[in-house]
Amino acid sequence: MHYLFEPGLFSSGPVRTALLVGAVVAITSGVIGVFTVMRGQSFAGHSLADVATTGGSGAFLIGVNQFWGFLVAGVAAAAVMEAIGVQRRRGRDVATGVVLGAALGAAALFLYLGTLRTATTGASFSVLFGSIFVISPDTVPALVASGVIALLVVAVLARVLLLTSVSPDLARARGVNVRLVGIAYLAALAVSVSLAAVAIGAVLSTALLIGPSATALRITKTPGRAMAVSALAGLVATWLGIVLAYDSYYWPPHGRGWPVSFFVVALVLVGYLLSYVRPRGKRVPRSPHEGVECSPA
Amino acid sequence: MPLLTLDGIGVRLGGRQVLSDVTFSLEKGDFTGIIGPNGAGKTTLLRVILGLIEPSGGQVLVDGEPLHRRGLRNKNKSAIGYVPQKLVIDPDMPLRARDVVSLGLDGYRLGFSFPSRQRRELVDEALADVGADGYADARVGELSGGEQQRVLIAHALISRPKLLLLDEPLANLDLRSEQEIVTVLGKLAREHEISVLLSAHDMNPLLSVMDRIVYVANGHAASGPTDEVVTSENLSELYGHHVDVVRVHGRVLVVAGD
Repeated sequence: MHYLFEPGLFSSGPVRTALLVGAVVAITSGVIGVFTVMRGQSFAGHSLADVATTGGSGAFLIGVNQFWGFLVAGVAAAAVMEAIGVQRRRGRDVATGVVLGAALGAAALFLYLGTLRTATTGASFSVLFGSIFVISPDTVPALVASGVIALLVVAVLARVLLLTSVSPDLARARGVNVRLVGIAYLAALAVSVSLAAVAIGAVLSTALLIGPSATALRITKTPGRAMAVSALAGLVATWLGIVLAYDSYYWPPHGRGWPVSFFVVALVLVGYLLSYVRPRGKRVPRSPHEGVECSPA
Repeated sequence: MPLLTLDGIGVRLGGRQVLSDVTFSLEKGDFTGIIGPNGAGKTTLLRVILGLIEPSGGQVLVDGEPLHRRGLRNKNKSAIGYVPQKLVIDPDMPLRARDVVSLGLDGYRLGFSFPSRQRRELVDEALADVGADGYADARVGELSGGEQQRVLIAHALISRPKLLLLDEPLANLDLRSEQEIVTVLGKLAREHEISVLLSAHDMNPLLSVMDRIVYVANGHAASGPTDEVVTSENLSELYGHHVDVVRVHGRVLVVAGD
């Protein structure tokens, strides 16, 4: 007989670290994700995650903490993306086919070489799918600080980001340096992706970035509320995922916990699906003319 | 002193001379249409006035002061309100009409803003000025084209500009919304003494309210009071083929002839 909240749960050091880092990751991803979706930059988020995979596996190969690998590769990728304009449609196709493929290929090589050297497969798993239960306590301050910095950048840019998501020209006409704002935002996005990569793995980090925000955008209609709901949804998925993963130690096969990232991503998906089953009538009030005139075309 | 003066403006884009020697001026409360075929350079001209394109020659004066001189930008920023061309706002954007209007107050500044009574009143007033108060709390992406256009005009209006620039505000609107937007803009020019400068490829919906026409074609622009420009001879020459100016029920219509 056991309980969902096992007696030892909250007294375990790794679990407390996981809950703290999980909270930072969920809130950062949730808030920044809302802007990512509004700016139509989900693709950028995913590309950063792919390149972060390379950075994380490179860090593993040379024996550095994975977070620094994720972070350096993510920020560098953000700079390159800005410079070559990957965000434009044509650039996207080329980037997907050539650059991101090559990045993941390099990650495969690094992980293979690293595994040969250390004779352990655990590291490949933690680069790709996260390592929230084995975060070393001395990286926690860096993780928390990175999350806070990314959130501060977005808080300072919040109004300008909203205006540019309505129309970059409106912002330009008011003297906003739209390009500079885009660069700063992309850097914050790279930090947020690196944090999510630590928690649920580089290849899954986009799920925590886009999933809760997409859910929030469906059920709220102001930017502030969207950010609050998105952060909360991410937090619930992450914390519940951690608790379930801890609990799964007692699930078959006995004595081996299931991966946290599985639970988090599954819960994110459930949240998103739930946003569809809300009764239609309770949704955001629509235009009084809806059905009479359709799209602005 | 005119509110806006363009003096000998020339624009080169990508090595091509797009506009040359464009000269006209606008008085306070004037309703002016920049009319011309698609691709004639109407948007370019508006972007020059906004300071988004640096002209290759000539100068733009706002209230008698050069637009592009450093240090004046801040003042000019709120002197001109702008409604860009063909904005399509995604229905999933978590922005109500009132949020978009509120961004007109300080959306270009760093930081974030909290709701306040004063802000709400300013937003409500701007929405009422354009007759958009009925859908202030609706998601802007779910509004019709004409409704979105009103919200964007309110966004431009809330910073109390002296000049309102609109890029093809009547494009993609049905006849009724088109007429409603023209009425709203005419009212802003008459009652609030805001100069309205808009671009359009069709002058017909504007003939009842437009004081002046700036006609752009083949890289050049000619301007004059609507009554003087809108004659069969003038327009035939500008369009390059025969055009009739007819009067129906007290309204003037421009019709392409054979």
